[in-house]
Parts: sequence; structure tokens; C-alpha cells
Amino acid sequence: MIQDLLVMVAKLVSGANIRWIGTRPDVRQRVYFANHTSNLDTLVIWASLPRQVRVLTRPVAARDYWVKSRLRRFLAGRILNAVLIERKRPTAHDNPLADMLNALGDRHSLIIFPEGGRQADGEMAPFKGGLFHLAKDRSDVEFIPVLIENLNRILPKGEILPVPLMGCLSFGAPIRLESGEEKTAFLERARQAVKALQKS
Amino acid sequence: MNLIFDRQTGWLAEGVLTLLALSSFIGWVLARRITGDKGRATVQNLNARIRAWWLMAVIFSLALAAGLSGAIILFAFMSFVALREFITLTPTRLGDHRSLFWVFFIALPLQYVLVGMKWYGLFSILIPVYAFLILPIRSAAAGDCRNFLERTAKIQWGLMICVYCVSYIPALLTLNIPGYVGQNAKLLFYLVLITQLSDVLQYTWGKTMGRHKIAPEVSPNKTWEGFIGGVASTILIGTSLWWVTPFTPLQSAGMSALITFMGFGGGLVMSAIKRDRGVKDYGNLIEGHGGVLDRIDSLCFAAPVFFHFTRYFFT
Repeated sequence: MIQDLLVMVAKLVSGANIRWIGTRPDVRQRVYFANHTSNLDTLVIWASLPRQVRVLTRPVAARDYWVKSRLRRFLAGRILNAVLIERKRPTAHDNPLADMLNALGDRHSLIIFPEGGRQADGEMAPFKGGLFHLAKDRSDVEFIPVLIENLNRILPKGEILPVPLMGCLSFGAPIRLESGEEKTAFLERARQAVKALQKS
Repeated sequence: MNLIFDRQTGWLAEGVLTLLALSSFIGWVLARRITGDKGRATVQNLNARIRAWWLMAVIFSLALAAGLSGAIILFAFMSFVALREFITLTPTRLGDHRSLFWVFFIALPLQYVLVGMKWYGLFSILIPVYAFLILPIRSAAAGDCRNFLERTAKIQWGLMICVYCVSYIPALLTLNIPGYVGQNAKLLFYLVLITQLSDVLQYTWGKTMGRHKIAPEVSPNKTWEGFIGGVASTILIGTSLWWVTPFTPLQSAGMSALITFMGFGGGLVMSAIKRDRGVKDYGNLIEGHGGVLDRIDSLCFAAPVFFHFTRYFFT
């Protein structure tokens, strides 16, 4: 019930217009990768998925942010079923990639933000390597680009009071790692796939 | 405030009901007879618009039946959605975030509270005096000077159109017109009916007879034929509705001309903003019509002028 309530609130605050371009919602295993501009991003993408898809989809989030308060721990653990990863000091024991692969398993999907952090100005930063390694290890999974627009105006970095504008979420056609494709080439292609979803 | 629901209100409601039923029937006939892809798309859009009209008429009647507070809640909500559509479309910067928060959560509710208190002296200046001076102070204090004047203008214009102008519609209920006490709901009905009829009639005349475009760069759908036909037929209907207003037939003709002209201008201005931003509609809340702002653009311009004319000449 808290889930449903949260979904409603997220949709209300973000006023999100959800567009599926070149793909449909599906329960098959997927990795949704999106640009990251606001603390609302994780919640809004998760809330915009249909229920059957949502219960199988786990957001990947920074541990340092999500363990800071009881509310955040509750949201991440009980509601979002998030995969908390170490982004500051990854070690062999605390390896984000291994955590993500584990979380995917054979039925879950993931939401990741390959820029590694929120961008204050809304410009997309280069993607970090994790997306490439995921794509290499799990070629059976669909990689769906997601573009988030306007959420950074609703709740910008460093603000706590949201302004109720209308956000837009666009889900694009899946991409996959081509055979022999270099890491930098794939990451740039993935980044362009997100960018290309911009409303013309 | 007790509004009197007299026989005249009943006739107005029946008139609108008949009109909607007739439109639905015509839409149904057109949908069965039309051929060709372009024509079919037009008729589909027309029928979506008519369906939305039914819904809007129901919501409007319910709000009006609840009196002043019902009207305030309805139009405050419309202001909120319209402002949301407007600000979403006009780029602002990070430095405006706090100002925007104040716009949505202080200026907007306060304006409607003041209308509800019938405090004319303050609700008529709250936004043009206080909001317009305090908001830029807040933005300047945030320390971002880039495009300052442009950003300030966008926020003020949004507040002016979506909140200040719209709040004049329920404010009609607060006017004290001698010999018309308790009947103001009919005046509000009259304003909304004339504005929307004018839109519909201009659209209809334009679709059937339109040849010569008025301002093709701004609004390709506005033609001289649509404008003249729409204005003339609206004034005719407005004049024949004098009995629901405190006006004589001649005064009613003048008032409906005023509403129609301001409404036309409003549609034109709001189109210019849309063209500049490269979009067709402000939103997609109302099927067939676009956003709330697309539907009420003409009302925004007509309401304050109609209010002040009525207030000056009839109270």
C-alpha cells in the first residue's frame, strides 16, 4: 500500500508524461540506463513502470546517499528494493559490478545512472564503464535508454522544495553491445541513444 | 454566499445541454459520412473536443452550484495546472527555483483566498504590485544575473496570465450589482459561455469558410472569415442573452463584443508564445483541446476586462 501511495505521489509531483518510443513495457530482463539530474529520478522511473514490471525492477543507487537516514534506508530497502553500491571506494570485496550482476540474477531488471552522479546543469556527463561490463557479461539482457527531462527543474540538486512542473520520461529502443565494439565507443553510443530521445 | 438558482439559470443550463447534445449528434453523423484520411482526422479531433466539452460543462456546473467556494476551488486548480504548463514550457534557470516555489505555493493560493474574502482592494493589486516587486528580489538574491530581465518577465507573465487573470472569473461572484443581488452566477456563466462560444464559432466558421489568414506565422487556423463570422454570430447570441445579465440588450451586445475581441486577442498572443517555443499545445490534459491553457487562453484575456467594465459601469 505504501508502494502504491508512493507511486501516486511520484507521478503527481513529477507530472510525468511517459513516452515509450520503439519499445513497450515488458517483464523480460532489462537494464534501464538514464541521465541523472535530480533526486527524484530513481523514484520517478521506478514509478512510471507498470506494476508487473515494477516489482521485478531494482534501482541501482549510491550507498553513501541511501543509508544516511532511517527514511532513506526504509525506502531503499523495503519499498524500492534497491541495489546499494559503493561508488566512492570500490574494492574487490565491495565491487559494484558484481553486486549488479548478482542483483540481475535470472529474473530482475535494473535501473542505473551511468553518469555516476547528478549533473547540476542538466548536461550529460560521459558514461562510466559499468554499463559496458554489464552489457558484455549479460548479452541476453535488453539495454533500454531512458531520457529524463525537466526533473532537474522540479527538484534541482541542493534544493529540498519541489516546484510542480511537468517532467517527461522517454523510453527508447534497446541497444546491445556489437561484437568487437570498444568500451569507449559503446559508452558513447549508449549516451547518444539517451540524448536522441529528446523531444524535437 | 447564497446564489439564487432561478428559472433563468435553468434555461441557460438546458440551452447548453441541448447545444452539447446537438453537437454530439452532428459529430456522430459526420463520423459516419466522412471519407478521406484528412477529413477523418479532423472529425475525430472534433468528436474528442465535444466529449471533453461534456466533461468540462459537468465540472463547471458542479463547481458553480457549490457557490463562491466551489468556483474558487475550480479556478484555483485551473490556474495551478495552467501555470504548470506555462512554466514548463518557458525555460528558467536554477536561480529561479525559490521564486517559482513562491509563485506556486504562496502567490497563487493567496490570490484566491483574497478573492474568497471579497477583498477587492488587495486581490486586484497583490500580483501586479507585491508579487512583481518581491519575486525579482528573490531571484536577484539567488545571485544569478544571466538573462535576468528575460527570466523575470517569464515568471511575471505566467503569474499574470495564469493566476491573476483567471482569478477574475470567480471574482465576478463578489460584485455587488444593484438589482442583481445573488444572481452573479449567471454573469459568470455568461462570460464563460460567450468566450467559449466565440472560440467554437470562430473555429466552425474558419473550418467551413476560412480562406484568408489573419496572421499565418502566429496561428494558421485563424482566418478573417472565421473571425468575422465568429464575432458576428457570438454578438448575436450574446445580445439575445441579455435577460440573464444586468445589461440591456444593447449593453449586452457591447459586452459580448468586448469579450469576443479580447478572447480573440488572447488566443493570438498565447499562440505566439507557443510558436516561439516550437510547440502546438501547452499540454495534453484535455483530449482534443491540448492543455488547460489552450482551452482558457481567451478567457484569460476577456475576464479581467469584463470584470472591470461591469464593476465600473454597473456597481
